Amino acid sequence: MREKDCLQNMARQVAEYHCPGCGYLYDESLGDDHEGYPPGMLFAELPDDFVCPACAVRYKEDFVSGKPDEHN
Amino acid sequence: MRTYAIDTPDNGTVTYRDNKRLFWLLSLMNPLIPFVGIAGQIVTGNALWLLAPLGLMFGMGPLLDWLFGEDENNPPEVLVPQLEKDTYYRILTFLTVPLHFIVFFGCAIWVGTQNLPWWGFLALTVAVGFADGFAINTGHELGHKRSRLETTLAKIVLAVPAYGHFWIEHNRGHHRDVATPQDPASARMGESIYKFARREIPGAFHRAWMIEHERLCRKKVPVWSFSNEILQSYVLTAVMQIGLIATFGWIMIPFLVIHNFFSWWVLTSANYIEHYGLLRNKQADGKYERCQPHHSWNANHKYSNLLLFHLQRHSDHHANPTRRYQSLRHFEDLPSLPSGYYGMYIIAYIPWLWYKLLDARLLALPHIAGDLNTINVDPDERERLFAKYGQASG
Repeated sequence: MREKDCLQNMARQVAEYHCPGCGYLYDESLGDDHEGYPPGMLFAELPDDFVCPACAVRYKEDFVSGKPDEHN
Repeated sequence: MRTYAIDTPDNGTVTYRDNKRLFWLLSLMNPLIPFVGIAGQIVTGNALWLLAPLGLMFGMGPLLDWLFGEDENNPPEVLVPQLEKDTYYRILTFLTVPLHFIVFFGCAIWVGTQNLPWWGFLALTVAVGFADGFAINTGHELGHKRSRLETTLAKIVLAVPAYGHFWIEHNRGHHRDVATPQDPASARMGESIYKFARREIPGAFHRAWMIEHERLCRKKVPVWSFSNEILQSYVLTAVMQIGLIATFGWIMIPFLVIHNFFSWWVLTSANYIEHYGLLRNKQADGKYERCQPHHSWNANHKYSNLLLFHLQRHSDHHANPTRRYQSLRHFEDLPSLPSGYYGMYIIAYIPWLWYKLLDARLLALPHIAGDLNTINVDPDERERLFAKYGQASG
Protein backbone atom coordinates (compact mmCIF):
# COMPACT_ATOMS: atom_id res chain seq x y z
CA MET A 1 0.00 0.00 0.00
CA ARG A 2 2.76 2.37 1.01
CA GLU A 3 4.72 1.58 -2.10
CA LYS A 4 1.67 2.32 -4.23
CA ASP A 5 1.21 5.73 -2.56
CA CYS A 6 4.83 6.47 -3.11
CA LEU A 7 4.63 5.54 -6.78
CA GLN A 8 1.49 7.65 -7.16
CA ASN A 9 3.26 10.59 -5.59
CA MET A 10 6.21 10.13 -7.88
CA ALA A 11 3.87 10.02 -10.85
CA ARG A 12 2.20 13.20 -9.58
CA GLN A 13 5.53 14.96 -9.11
CA VAL A 14 6.27 14.96 -12.80
CA ALA A 15 2.67 15.75 -13.66
CA GLU A 16 2.76 19.22 -12.12
CA TYR A 17 4.32 22.32 -13.61
CA HIS A 18 4.47 25.79 -12.12
CA CYS A 19 5.10 29.29 -13.34
CA PRO A 20 8.46 30.47 -11.98
CA GLY A 21 7.17 34.04 -11.91
CA CYS A 22 3.92 33.87 -9.97
CA GLY A 23 3.66 30.27 -8.75
CA TYR A 24 0.58 29.28 -10.80
CA LEU A 25 0.38 25.48 -10.72
CA TYR A 26 -0.75 23.32 -13.64
CA ASP A 27 -1.64 19.86 -12.36
CA GLU A 28 -2.19 17.45 -15.23
CA SER A 29 -4.56 15.31 -13.17
CA LEU A 30 -6.83 18.34 -12.62
CA GLY A 31 -6.27 20.33 -15.82
CA ASP A 32 -7.65 23.86 -15.56
CA ASP A 33 -11.41 24.00 -15.80
CA HIS A 34 -11.63 27.79 -16.11
CA GLU A 35 -9.21 27.83 -19.02
CA GLY A 36 -10.88 24.88 -20.70
CA TYR A 37 -8.09 22.32 -20.22
CA PRO A 38 -9.79 19.07 -19.10
CA PRO A 39 -8.51 16.82 -16.27
CA GLY A 40 -5.78 14.53 -17.58
CA MET A 41 -4.60 16.95 -20.27
CA LEU A 42 -0.82 16.72 -20.35
CA PHE A 43 1.29 19.82 -20.05
CA ALA A 44 2.89 18.88 -23.37
CA GLU A 45 -0.54 18.97 -25.01
CA LEU A 46 -1.16 22.60 -24.06
CA PRO A 47 -0.97 24.96 -27.06
CA ASP A 48 2.52 26.15 -28.06
CA ASP A 49 1.54 29.76 -27.48
CA PHE A 50 0.35 28.98 -23.94
CA VAL A 51 1.20 31.75 -21.49
CA CYS A 52 0.73 31.58 -17.73
CA PRO A 53 -3.02 32.04 -17.16
CA ALA A 54 -2.36 33.90 -13.90
CA CYS A 55 0.35 36.42 -14.78
CA ALA A 56 0.77 36.18 -18.60
CA VAL A 57 4.47 37.01 -18.18
CA ARG A 58 5.96 33.51 -18.57
CA TYR A 59 5.70 31.33 -21.66
CA LYS A 60 5.14 27.58 -21.77
CA GLU A 61 8.87 26.84 -22.04
CA ASP A 62 9.53 28.81 -18.84
CA PHE A 63 7.39 26.47 -16.74
CA VAL A 64 9.22 24.30 -14.21
CA SER A 65 8.12 20.81 -13.22
CA GLY A 66 6.93 20.24 -9.67
CA LYS A 67 5.35 22.54 -7.11
CA PRO A 68 6.62 26.06 -6.47
CA ASP A 69 8.71 26.45 -3.31
CA GLU A 70 7.45 28.34 -0.28
CA HIS A 71 8.51 31.81 -1.40
CA ASN A 72 6.39 31.99 -4.50
CA MET B 1 0.97 51.08 13.45
CA ARG B 2 1.63 47.44 12.73
CA THR B 3 5.22 46.20 12.66
CA TYR B 4 6.03 43.12 10.63
CA ALA B 5 8.93 40.99 11.86
CA ILE B 6 10.68 37.79 10.89
CA ASP B 7 13.75 35.96 12.23
CA THR B 8 16.25 35.13 9.51
CA PRO B 9 19.39 33.01 9.86
CA ASP B 10 21.62 35.55 8.07
CA ASN B 11 20.33 38.97 9.12
CA GLY B 12 18.75 38.35 12.54
CA THR B 13 15.31 39.88 13.07
CA VAL B 14 14.11 41.90 10.09
CA THR B 15 11.32 44.39 10.78
CA TYR B 16 9.20 46.66 8.60
CA ARG B 17 6.55 49.31 9.18
CA ASP B 18 4.56 50.63 6.23
CA ASN B 19 4.82 54.41 6.67
CA LYS B 20 1.95 54.80 4.18
CA ARG B 21 -0.34 52.40 6.05
CA LEU B 22 -2.92 54.92 7.28
CA PHE B 23 -2.53 57.11 4.23
CA TRP B 24 -3.81 54.29 2.02
CA LEU B 25 -7.23 55.34 3.36
CA LEU B 26 -6.96 58.19 0.82
CA SER B 27 -7.80 55.62 -1.86
CA LEU B 28 -11.35 55.64 -0.45
CA MET B 29 -11.59 59.39 -0.98
CA ASN B 30 -10.72 59.24 -4.67
CA PRO B 31 -14.04 57.82 -5.98
CA LEU B 32 -16.01 60.34 -3.91
CA ILE B 33 -14.43 63.55 -5.28
CA PRO B 34 -17.50 64.41 -7.49
CA PHE B 35 -19.61 64.62 -4.33
CA VAL B 36 -17.61 67.71 -3.30
CA GLY B 37 -19.31 69.58 -6.15
CA ILE B 38 -22.79 68.43 -5.19
CA ALA B 39 -22.21 69.13 -1.48
CA GLY B 40 -20.91 72.62 -2.31
CA GLN B 41 -23.96 73.34 -4.44
CA ILE B 42 -26.32 72.12 -1.72
CA VAL B 43 -24.66 74.25 0.96
CA THR B 44 -24.13 77.47 -1.03
CA GLY B 45 -26.79 77.15 -3.72
CA ASN B 46 -24.13 78.07 -6.29
CA ALA B 47 -23.72 75.77 -9.30
CA LEU B 48 -20.13 76.97 -9.77
CA TRP B 49 -19.26 74.36 -7.15
CA LEU B 50 -19.83 71.71 -9.83
CA LEU B 51 -16.50 72.77 -11.36
CA ALA B 52 -14.67 71.94 -8.11
CA PRO B 53 -14.26 68.15 -8.62
CA LEU B 54 -12.32 68.57 -11.87
CA GLY B 55 -10.25 71.27 -10.21
CA LEU B 56 -9.49 68.95 -7.30
CA MET B 57 -8.43 66.12 -9.60
CA PHE B 58 -6.27 68.03 -12.03
CA GLY B 59 -5.24 70.98 -9.88
CA MET B 60 -4.71 69.34 -6.51
CA GLY B 61 -3.35 66.08 -7.98
CA PRO B 62 -0.19 67.50 -9.59
CA LEU B 63 0.20 70.10 -6.83
CA LEU B 64 0.18 67.57 -3.98
CA ASP B 65 2.48 65.28 -5.95
CA TRP B 66 4.93 68.14 -6.22
CA LEU B 67 4.46 69.14 -2.57
CA PHE B 68 4.75 65.68 -0.95
CA GLY B 69 7.33 64.43 -3.43
CA GLU B 70 8.46 60.90 -4.02
CA ASP B 71 8.71 57.80 -1.87
CA GLU B 72 11.32 55.19 -2.64
CA ASN B 73 10.63 53.02 0.36
CA ASN B 74 10.45 49.24 -0.28
CA PRO B 75 9.37 46.44 2.06
CA PRO B 76 12.10 43.84 2.73
CA GLU B 77 11.50 40.84 0.48
CA VAL B 78 11.39 38.35 3.38
CA LEU B 79 8.41 40.21 4.86
CA VAL B 80 6.39 40.41 1.64
CA PRO B 81 4.45 37.18 2.40
CA GLN B 82 3.28 38.71 5.73
CA LEU B 83 2.44 42.00 4.06
CA GLU B 84 0.44 40.23 1.35
CA LYS B 85 -1.56 38.31 3.98
CA ASP B 86 -2.52 41.46 5.90
CA THR B 87 -6.27 41.81 5.21
CA TYR B 88 -6.25 45.58 5.90
CA TYR B 89 -4.95 46.30 2.40
CA ARG B 90 -7.45 43.98 0.80
CA ILE B 91 -10.37 45.54 2.64
CA LEU B 92 -9.53 48.94 1.15
CA THR B 93 -9.79 47.59 -2.41
CA PHE B 94 -13.06 45.86 -1.48
CA LEU B 95 -14.50 49.10 -0.05
CA THR B 96 -13.79 51.12 -3.17
CA VAL B 97 -16.15 48.81 -5.11
CA PRO B 98 -19.43 50.03 -3.50
CA LEU B 99 -18.09 53.61 -3.46
CA HIS B 100 -17.96 53.64 -7.26
CA PHE B 101 -21.61 52.56 -7.42
CA ILE B 102 -22.60 55.17 -4.84
CA VAL B 103 -20.91 58.04 -6.67
CA PHE B 104 -22.27 56.89 -10.04
CA PHE B 105 -25.88 56.68 -8.86
CA GLY B 106 -25.53 59.74 -6.61
CA CYS B 107 -24.42 61.94 -9.50
CA ALA B 108 -26.97 60.39 -11.89
CA ILE B 109 -29.75 61.19 -9.43
CA TRP B 110 -28.45 64.76 -9.01
CA VAL B 111 -28.27 65.33 -12.76
CA GLY B 112 -31.64 63.64 -13.27
CA THR B 113 -33.53 65.63 -10.62
CA GLN B 114 -31.91 69.10 -10.61
CA ASN B 115 -32.22 71.67 -13.31
CA LEU B 116 -28.50 72.29 -13.79
CA PRO B 117 -26.99 74.85 -16.18
CA TRP B 118 -25.46 73.09 -19.21
CA TRP B 119 -21.89 73.76 -18.09
CA GLY B 120 -22.64 72.49 -14.57
CA PHE B 121 -24.14 69.33 -16.04
CA LEU B 122 -21.11 68.89 -18.26
CA ALA B 123 -18.52 69.52 -15.53
CA LEU B 124 -20.17 67.12 -13.07
CA THR B 125 -20.66 64.44 -15.74
CA VAL B 126 -17.03 64.64 -16.89
CA ALA B 127 -15.89 64.53 -13.25
CA VAL B 128 -17.93 61.43 -12.43
CA GLY B 129 -16.65 59.91 -15.68
CA PHE B 130 -13.08 60.45 -14.50
CA ALA B 131 -13.88 59.21 -10.98
CA ASP B 132 -15.43 56.04 -12.39
CA GLY B 133 -12.50 55.65 -14.76
CA PHE B 134 -10.57 54.97 -11.59
CA ALA B 135 -12.98 52.07 -11.03
CA ILE B 136 -10.89 50.48 -13.77
CA ASN B 137 -7.90 50.94 -11.46
CA THR B 138 -9.75 49.12 -8.67
CA GLY B 139 -10.82 46.45 -11.16
CA HIS B 140 -7.19 46.21 -12.26
CA GLU B 141 -5.88 45.57 -8.74
CA LEU B 142 -8.64 43.04 -8.03
CA GLY B 143 -8.62 41.38 -11.45
CA HIS B 144 -4.98 40.33 -11.17
CA LYS B 145 -5.61 38.27 -8.05
CA ARG B 146 -6.22 34.56 -7.99
CA SER B 147 -9.07 34.45 -5.43
CA ARG B 148 -12.58 33.97 -6.78
CA LEU B 149 -13.89 36.78 -4.54
CA GLU B 150 -11.46 39.32 -5.96
CA THR B 151 -11.99 38.47 -9.63
CA THR B 152 -15.77 38.54 -9.09
CA LEU B 153 -15.49 41.99 -7.49
CA ALA B 154 -13.38 43.08 -10.48
CA LYS B 155 -16.15 42.11 -12.89
CA ILE B 156 -18.70 43.92 -10.73
CA VAL B 157 -16.78 47.19 -10.38
CA LEU B 158 -15.93 47.23 -14.11
CA ALA B 159 -19.66 47.40 -14.83
CA VAL B 160 -19.69 51.02 -13.58
CA PRO B 161 -17.41 52.38 -16.34
CA ALA B 162 -19.03 49.95 -18.86
CA TYR B 163 -15.67 48.28 -19.45
CA GLY B 164 -16.27 44.66 -18.46
CA HIS B 165 -13.83 43.34 -21.03
CA PHE B 166 -10.93 45.13 -19.35
CA TRP B 167 -9.58 42.48 -17.00
CA ILE B 168 -9.48 39.81 -19.72
CA GLU B 169 -7.91 42.17 -22.24
CA HIS B 170 -5.45 43.50 -19.69
CA ASN B 171 -4.35 40.31 -17.91
CA ARG B 172 -4.17 38.01 -20.90
CA GLY B 173 -3.66 40.47 -23.76
CA HIS B 174 -1.81 43.55 -22.60
CA HIS B 175 0.50 41.70 -20.19
CA ARG B 176 1.38 39.21 -22.92
CA ASP B 177 1.97 41.78 -25.69
CA VAL B 178 3.12 44.81 -23.67
CA ALA B 179 5.79 47.05 -25.22
CA THR B 180 5.49 45.47 -28.68
CA PRO B 181 4.07 47.02 -31.87
CA GLN B 182 1.26 44.42 -31.68
CA ASP B 183 -0.11 45.80 -28.42
CA PRO B 184 -2.97 48.28 -28.92
CA ALA B 185 -2.47 49.33 -25.26
CA SER B 186 1.21 50.36 -25.62
CA ALA B 187 1.76 53.81 -27.16
CA ARG B 188 4.36 54.38 -29.88
CA MET B 189 6.84 57.22 -30.11
CA GLY B 190 5.40 60.02 -32.24
CA GLU B 191 1.81 58.84 -31.65
CA SER B 192 -0.41 61.46 -30.01
CA ILE B 193 -2.90 60.36 -27.36
CA TYR B 194 -5.74 61.24 -29.75
CA LYS B 195 -4.40 58.90 -32.41
CA PHE B 196 -3.56 56.27 -29.78
CA ALA B 197 -7.15 56.29 -28.44
CA ARG B 198 -8.50 55.35 -31.88
CA ARG B 199 -6.21 52.30 -31.91
CA GLU B 200 -6.44 51.43 -28.22
CA ILE B 201 -10.19 51.47 -27.53
CA PRO B 202 -11.34 49.23 -30.43
CA GLY B 203 -8.12 47.16 -30.25
CA ALA B 204 -8.66 46.34 -26.59
CA PHE B 205 -12.23 45.26 -27.17
CA HIS B 206 -11.29 43.08 -30.13
CA ARG B 207 -8.41 41.37 -28.30
CA ALA B 208 -10.55 40.69 -25.20
CA TRP B 209 -13.28 39.15 -27.33
CA MET B 210 -10.81 36.92 -29.20
CA ILE B 211 -9.23 35.70 -25.95
CA GLU B 212 -12.62 34.94 -24.38
CA HIS B 213 -13.84 33.33 -27.61
CA GLU B 214 -10.85 31.00 -27.61
CA ARG B 215 -11.33 30.05 -23.96
CA LEU B 216 -15.03 29.29 -24.45
CA CYS B 217 -14.31 27.24 -27.57
CA ARG B 218 -11.89 25.11 -25.54
CA LYS B 219 -14.60 24.64 -22.93
CA LYS B 220 -17.10 23.86 -25.73
CA VAL B 221 -19.47 26.54 -24.44
CA PRO B 222 -21.29 28.96 -26.80
CA VAL B 223 -19.77 32.46 -26.90
CA TRP B 224 -23.21 34.00 -26.42
CA SER B 225 -23.80 32.45 -23.01
CA PHE B 226 -23.57 33.54 -19.41
CA SER B 227 -20.22 31.74 -19.11
CA ASN B 228 -18.81 34.61 -21.17
CA GLU B 229 -17.08 36.74 -18.54
CA ILE B 230 -17.26 39.85 -20.71
CA LEU B 231 -21.03 39.54 -21.06
CA GLN B 232 -21.46 38.95 -17.30
CA SER B 233 -20.15 42.43 -16.58
CA TYR B 234 -21.97 44.01 -19.55
CA VAL B 235 -25.32 42.66 -18.31
CA LEU B 236 -24.85 44.51 -15.04
CA THR B 237 -23.91 47.68 -16.97
CA ALA B 238 -27.00 47.37 -19.17
CA VAL B 239 -29.32 46.87 -16.20
CA MET B 240 -27.91 49.95 -14.45
CA GLN B 241 -27.82 52.23 -17.45
CA ILE B 242 -31.22 51.24 -18.92
CA GLY B 243 -32.67 51.53 -15.40
CA LEU B 244 -31.41 55.12 -15.16
CA ILE B 245 -32.87 56.04 -18.56
CA ALA B 246 -36.21 54.48 -17.57
CA THR B 247 -36.21 56.39 -14.27
CA PHE B 248 -34.95 59.84 -15.25
CA GLY B 249 -35.69 59.98 -18.98
CA TRP B 250 -33.65 61.25 -21.90
CA ILE B 251 -31.32 63.47 -19.85
CA MET B 252 -29.58 60.22 -18.89
CA ILE B 253 -28.47 59.58 -22.47
CA PRO B 254 -25.96 62.46 -22.68
CA PHE B 255 -25.03 61.78 -19.05
CA LEU B 256 -24.20 58.13 -19.75
CA VAL B 257 -22.49 58.72 -23.09
CA ILE B 258 -20.19 61.40 -21.62
CA HIS B 259 -19.65 59.41 -18.41
CA ASN B 260 -18.72 56.22 -20.24
CA PHE B 261 -16.45 58.03 -22.67
CA PHE B 262 -14.44 59.80 -19.96
CA SER B 263 -14.20 56.61 -17.89
CA TRP B 264 -12.61 54.90 -20.88
CA TRP B 265 -10.48 57.98 -21.50
CA VAL B 266 -8.92 57.61 -18.02
CA LEU B 267 -7.69 54.16 -18.98
CA THR B 268 -6.55 55.36 -22.40
CA SER B 269 -4.54 58.10 -20.67
CA ALA B 270 -2.91 55.63 -18.27
CA ASN B 271 -2.10 53.19 -21.05
CA TYR B 272 -0.68 56.00 -23.14
CA ILE B 273 1.91 57.01 -20.59
CA GLU B 274 2.77 53.63 -19.08
CA HIS B 275 4.81 52.22 -21.97
CA TYR B 276 5.26 55.15 -24.40
CA GLY B 277 7.92 54.22 -26.99
CA LEU B 278 9.31 51.27 -25.00
CA LEU B 279 10.06 48.11 -26.97
CA ARG B 280 10.91 44.51 -26.10
CA ASN B 281 13.54 42.86 -28.30
CA LYS B 282 12.65 40.01 -30.59
CA GLN B 283 14.56 36.79 -29.84
CA ALA B 284 16.01 34.34 -32.34
CA ASP B 285 12.94 32.07 -31.93
CA GLY B 286 10.68 34.92 -33.09
CA LYS B 287 9.18 35.49 -29.64
CA TYR B 288 9.68 38.68 -27.69
CA GLU B 289 11.97 38.75 -24.68
CA ARG B 290 10.08 38.52 -21.35
CA CYS B 291 8.83 41.84 -20.07
CA GLN B 292 11.67 43.52 -18.16
CA PRO B 293 11.46 46.35 -15.62
CA HIS B 294 12.78 48.84 -18.21
CA HIS B 295 9.70 48.25 -20.36
CA SER B 296 7.44 50.48 -18.22
CA TRP B 297 7.44 54.10 -17.09
CA ASN B 298 7.26 54.72 -13.35
CA ALA B 299 6.33 57.43 -10.89
CA ASN B 300 7.07 57.28 -7.18
CA HIS B 301 4.97 60.30 -6.25
CA LYS B 302 3.32 59.73 -2.91
CA TYR B 303 -0.06 61.36 -3.32
CA SER B 304 -1.06 59.87 -6.68
CA ASN B 305 0.31 56.45 -5.72
CA LEU B 306 -1.91 56.45 -2.64
CA LEU B 307 -4.97 57.23 -4.75
CA LEU B 308 -4.04 54.67 -7.40
CA PHE B 309 -2.94 51.66 -5.34
CA HIS B 310 0.71 51.99 -6.42
CA LEU B 311 -0.25 51.63 -10.10
CA GLN B 312 2.61 53.98 -10.93
CA ARG B 313 5.19 51.48 -9.67
CA HIS B 314 4.46 49.94 -12.99
CA SER B 315 7.69 48.08 -13.72
CA ASP B 316 7.35 45.80 -10.73
CA HIS B 317 3.69 45.30 -11.57
CA HIS B 318 4.54 44.05 -15.07
CA ALA B 319 7.37 41.85 -13.87
CA ASN B 320 5.20 40.44 -11.05
CA PRO B 321 1.55 41.02 -11.96
CA THR B 322 0.02 39.04 -9.10
CA ARG B 323 1.95 40.95 -6.42
CA ARG B 324 -0.39 43.04 -4.24
CA TYR B 325 -0.22 46.82 -4.34
CA GLN B 326 1.24 47.24 -0.85
CA SER B 327 4.29 45.14 -1.83
CA LEU B 328 5.15 46.78 -5.18
CA ARG B 329 8.70 48.06 -5.23
CA HIS B 330 10.69 51.00 -6.49
CA PHE B 331 13.86 50.18 -8.46
CA GLU B 332 16.75 52.46 -9.32
CA ASP B 333 17.58 53.45 -12.92
CA LEU B 334 14.20 52.71 -14.45
CA PRO B 335 12.25 54.86 -16.91
CA SER B 336 10.75 57.50 -14.63
CA LEU B 337 8.15 60.21 -15.17
CA PRO B 338 8.59 63.80 -13.99
CA SER B 339 5.19 63.84 -12.24
CA GLY B 340 2.47 61.45 -11.10
CA TYR B 341 -0.27 60.37 -13.49
CA TYR B 342 -2.49 63.41 -12.85
CA GLY B 343 0.21 65.77 -14.02
CA MET B 344 1.26 63.44 -16.84
CA TYR B 345 -2.35 63.20 -18.08
CA ILE B 346 -2.45 66.96 -18.59
CA ILE B 347 0.88 66.87 -20.44
CA ALA B 348 -0.32 63.98 -22.62
CA TYR B 349 -3.36 66.04 -23.68
CA ILE B 350 -1.00 68.64 -25.19
CA PRO B 351 0.94 66.54 -27.74
CA TRP B 352 3.75 69.03 -28.55
CA LEU B 353 4.51 69.39 -24.84
CA TRP B 354 4.42 65.62 -24.39
CA TYR B 355 6.88 65.03 -27.24
CA LYS B 356 9.14 67.82 -25.97
CA LEU B 357 9.37 66.30 -22.49
CA LEU B 358 9.07 62.58 -23.11
CA ASP B 359 10.96 62.00 -26.36
CA ALA B 360 14.13 63.36 -24.79
CA ARG B 361 13.64 61.17 -21.70
CA LEU B 362 12.98 58.14 -23.87
CA LEU B 363 16.10 58.62 -25.99
CA ALA B 364 18.20 59.15 -22.86
CA LEU B 365 17.27 55.79 -21.28
CA PRO B 366 20.39 53.65 -20.74
CA HIS B 367 19.11 50.64 -22.73
CA ILE B 368 18.15 52.91 -25.66
CA ALA B 369 21.08 55.36 -25.62
CA GLY B 370 19.66 57.44 -28.46
CA ASP B 371 19.10 54.49 -30.84
CA LEU B 372 15.67 54.83 -32.49
CA ASN B 373 15.87 51.21 -33.66
CA THR B 374 15.34 50.11 -30.06
CA ILE B 375 12.17 52.23 -29.71
CA ASN B 376 8.55 51.38 -30.54
CA VAL B 377 8.10 54.08 -33.21
CA ASP B 378 4.80 54.96 -34.91
CA PRO B 379 5.26 53.67 -38.51
CA ASP B 380 3.60 56.83 -39.87
CA GLU B 381 6.19 59.01 -38.09
CA ARG B 382 9.14 56.73 -38.68
CA GLU B 383 10.74 58.59 -41.57
CA ARG B 384 10.24 61.99 -39.97
CA LEU B 385 11.69 60.92 -36.60
CA PHE B 386 14.69 59.12 -38.10
CA ALA B 387 15.41 62.21 -40.21
CA LYS B 388 14.93 64.49 -37.20
CA TYR B 389 17.50 62.61 -35.12
CA GLY B 390 19.77 61.98 -38.10
CA GLN B 391 19.62 58.18 -37.94
CA ALA B 392 19.38 55.46 -40.53
CA SER B 393 16.37 53.16 -40.22
CA GLY B 394 17.52 49.63 -39.37
